[in-house]
Amino acid sequence: MFKIVSREEMAQGTIILNEIEAPRIARKAKPGQFVILQVNEKGERIPLTMADVDPDKGTITIIYMVVGKSTALFGKMAVGEEYFAVIGPLGKATHIENRGKVVCVGGGTGIAVLHPITRALKDAGNHVTTILGSRNKDLLILEDKMANASDTLHICTDDGSKGHHGFVTDVLKDVLEKEDISLVVAIGPVPMMKFVSAITKEKGVETLVSLNPIMVDGTGMCGGCRVSVGGETKFACVDGPEFDGHKVDYDELSNRLRAYLNDEQKSVDESEKNA
Amino acid sequence: MAGKDKKVKVPRATMPEQAPEVRRRNFMEVPLGLTDEMAITEAARCLQCKKPACVEGCPVSVDIPGFIQKIADGDFSGAIERLWDKNALPAVCGRVCPQEIQCEGNCILGKKGSSVAIGYLERFAADKARELGSGTLPKVADKTGKKVAVIGSGPSGLTVAGDLVVKGHDVTIFEAFHQTGGVLVYGIPEFRLPKDIVASEVATLEKLGVKIELNSVVGTTVTIDELFEEGFDAAYVGVGAGLPRFMNLPGENLIGVFSANEYLTRANLMKAYLFPEYDTPIAKGKNVVVLGAGNVAMDAARTAMRLGADTVKIVYRRSREEMPARAEELHHAEQEGIEFVLLTNPIQFFGDDDGRLNGMECLKMELGEPDESGRRRPVPIEGSEYRIDCDLVVVSVGAKANPLLTNSTPDIDLNQWGNIVADPATGKTSKKAVWAGGDIATGMATVILAMGAGRDAANSIHDYLTIGW
Ligand SMILES: Cc1cc2nc3c(=O)[nH]c(=O)nc-3n(C[C@H](O)[C@H](O)[C@H](O)COP(=O)(O)OP(=O)(O)OC[C@H]3O[C@@H](n4cnc5c(N)ncnc54)[C@H](O)[C@@H]3O)c2cc1C
Ligand SMILES: Cc1cc2nc3c(=O)[nH]c(=O)nc-3n(C[C@H](O)[C@H](O)[C@H](O)COP(=O)(O)OP(=O)(O)OC[C@H]3O[C@@H](n4cnc5c(N)ncnc54)[C@H](O)[C@@H]3O)c2cc1C
Ligand code: SF4
Ligand code: SF4
Ligand code: FES
Repeated sequence: MFKIVSREEMAQGTIILNEIEAPRIARKAKPGQFVILQVNEKGERIPLTMADVDPDKGTITIIYMVVGKSTALFGKMAVGEEYFAVIGPLGKATHIENRGKVVCVGGGTGIAVLHPITRALKDAGNHVTTILGSRNKDLLILEDKMANASDTLHICTDDGSKGHHGFVTDVLKDVLEKEDISLVVAIGPVPMMKFVSAITKEKGVETLVSLNPIMVDGTGMCGGCRVSVGGETKFACVDGPEFDGHKVDYDELSNRLRAYLNDEQKSVDESEKNA
Repeated sequence: MAGKDKKVKVPRATMPEQAPEVRRRNFMEVPLGLTDEMAITEAARCLQCKKPACVEGCPVSVDIPGFIQKIADGDFSGAIERLWDKNALPAVCGRVCPQEIQCEGNCILGKKGSSVAIGYLERFAADKARELGSGTLPKVADKTGKKVAVIGSGPSGLTVAGDLVVKGHDVTIFEAFHQTGGVLVYGIPEFRLPKDIVASEVATLEKLGVKIELNSVVGTTVTIDELFEEGFDAAYVGVGAGLPRFMNLPGENLIGVFSANEYLTRANLMKAYLFPEYDTPIAKGKNVVVLGAGNVAMDAARTAMRLGADTVKIVYRRSREEMPARAEELHHAEQEGIEFVLLTNPIQFFGDDDGRLNGMECLKMELGEPDESGRRRPVPIEGSEYRIDCDLVVVSVGAKANPLLTNSTPDIDLNQWGNIVADPATGKTSKKAVWAGGDIATGMATVILAMGAGRDAANSIHDYLTIGW
């Protein structure tokens, strides 16, 4: 069970793709949903969005950035090796409908999360403008796939090595100025979602964001994933992970993501010592 | 009745335990178990009542005088067989049943002196059987060809699975987590219920032929209706009360405020107390406050102490008499240096600029008129607000029904709290061929009640599969 059937390295090896056998999950998964994976019996439960699913083949695809101990262990697994546990599909699926003109904004591995949603929006008849951002051109992922899923694609890099020299928000402002946009979907680092939401709120354009708080079970059992949305506490794993971007308390989310900072370092140190 | 008077005078067995100063910093089991001699002496105290009151106090009617007589006779495998007759998990129940309000609370000897230590003896017989590999497993009946899906592997689901596999049905357990046992593995800590005991009970079920599908969240990975389409003939829902209650107080989302579910799941299921050997981290508080006074709260408080806290306080709005935890847990917690701050209610939490908890505000209470539950209602004392410095708070004020499964099955009727409505005698739900029991039906109760509900449902499922709905 949960065997890796293909593996790919992206963005100079900082981002990894795994296609995993998980027939029950593949049959049910919809865009926007995630799985929780465990590398071995001692491993942490790590949530990752399904970037793709193949119900016929019975596989799901995850794309993750190597940021700490668990994602590093995931990244070392070879084709043919098995995950100890994969649980899902979890979370609410994105509500897909024809809204006319929509904008999809993605940054970092958020692009992987955004891809199936963008494709579904396009398939539902929307005119899709996509804006992708990364630090430099080598760290940009899924450019071709996103181009295929969009009517217009804009690229932004922090260092100007490709496309617009600057942030996704610059281009977004432009697009909102020129076109009548009914929905913005923004998925990426918390600051990116925060700034995008600030802009769209000013313009009164509905905005969906996908939140990534620290999780344990992913089934609404622990409350570790709580986020404040419109002054109410929500459990991101069952009430989300997508929420109204104008109502999210991003500062609280940023704080909570740093809860285990010291432990995470300890975990990495320890595993490097043992290696 | 000279014999009876003599028995009353023999003192009740005292359980050997790890010393409080030692055990408060380790995760090893606290009570060490009776020796053979101690068990036989204790068993001999039982009066072998003709109408045993103790049995009436046991939700599954264990033949208490029967198994105790076997221990008194030194026939330990005879004792375990008597227990298995009514109770599939005696090693668990002997450790966690609230005996003082059940079997032992009813024991006639308790009226004059101290009751027979039924829980200790039950644990003794079960541990002995595991140690010696004694006691014969029940015989499995001829295959019926009927398939049953058991959803959730807590005590309730495990009981249903065991009963039905023995009756010849083909049983598969679907469990959301990567490990079986429910609250027995993710909630109750190692120092109170060693996990290899639960594992060995599950291994017995597998030996009898029960199949287990882990990592299967019924409701999302697969629905009950899809299980029927896959060929299952009946389903039992024993998914527990897996939804934490928070208090909706200002500051509750600060880093350092946890639900008991999260705190205990990290510690127990994910083995965060062994971090970094295990990958899951856990917050280690210096000054810890646990809100609530049930078994869950005691487990959280004692876990925090073992993780190295300087101080651990239980903050509870009622008085000592109302604390719902088992007597033994309260006693052990106090021995380990956990402080009870009673008649005190939390008002809000305070944090620093990084959103980390550094204190809380409390209000003192006094007891007023009795409320609907018959307990005197705590009422706030005006102007009594004060601050407690703390860097970790565990909210243990109960749990509710998790809607994940029931949302996917709208034809199962729920009550106003979201619990599944199940016939108390049979466990039947409003949906044909679906039964439910344990915490998902009753709200959080006890291990033995969850098992009792499982036993009743298993009988009803067997009737359905052999006779009809
Ligand atoms: C619903 C959801 C979907 C996600 N989808 C993706 C995805 O498709 N691709 C991707 O690269 N990342 C995704 N993430 C983020 C990913 O889960 C974290 O990067 C990962 O957990 C880091 O683990 P680590 O041990 O390697 O790093 P660590 O060193 O443990 O942590 C690095 C940072 O990751 C976060 N983190 C740590 N543990 C958890 C946890 N159990 N749950 C959530 N976050 C945690 C913390 O902010 C931490 O500071 C998603 C998160 C959520 C909640
Ligand atoms: C910390 C703690 C301490 C306790 N101490 C005591 C004690 O000392 N004595 C006592 O008698 N009782 C105690 N209790 C209460 C007792 O543990 C419960 O009443 C009992 O476990 C309920 O059993 P259950 O089988 O109904 O559910 P659970 O034990 O909750 O098991 C339910 C199982 O179903 C699984 N599940 C949930 N949803 C799904 C789904 N959708 N699909 C598949 N699987 C699912 C869960 O992961 C879990 O494994 C304690 C409870 C807690 C939390
Ligand atoms: S199952 Fe529980 S209540 Fe019944 S005899 Fe055993 S310890 Fe007592
Ligand atoms: S009531 Fe007490 S003395 Fe009588 S049979 Fe039960 S355990 Fe023995
Ligand atoms: S991850 Fe536990 S409730 Fe969301």
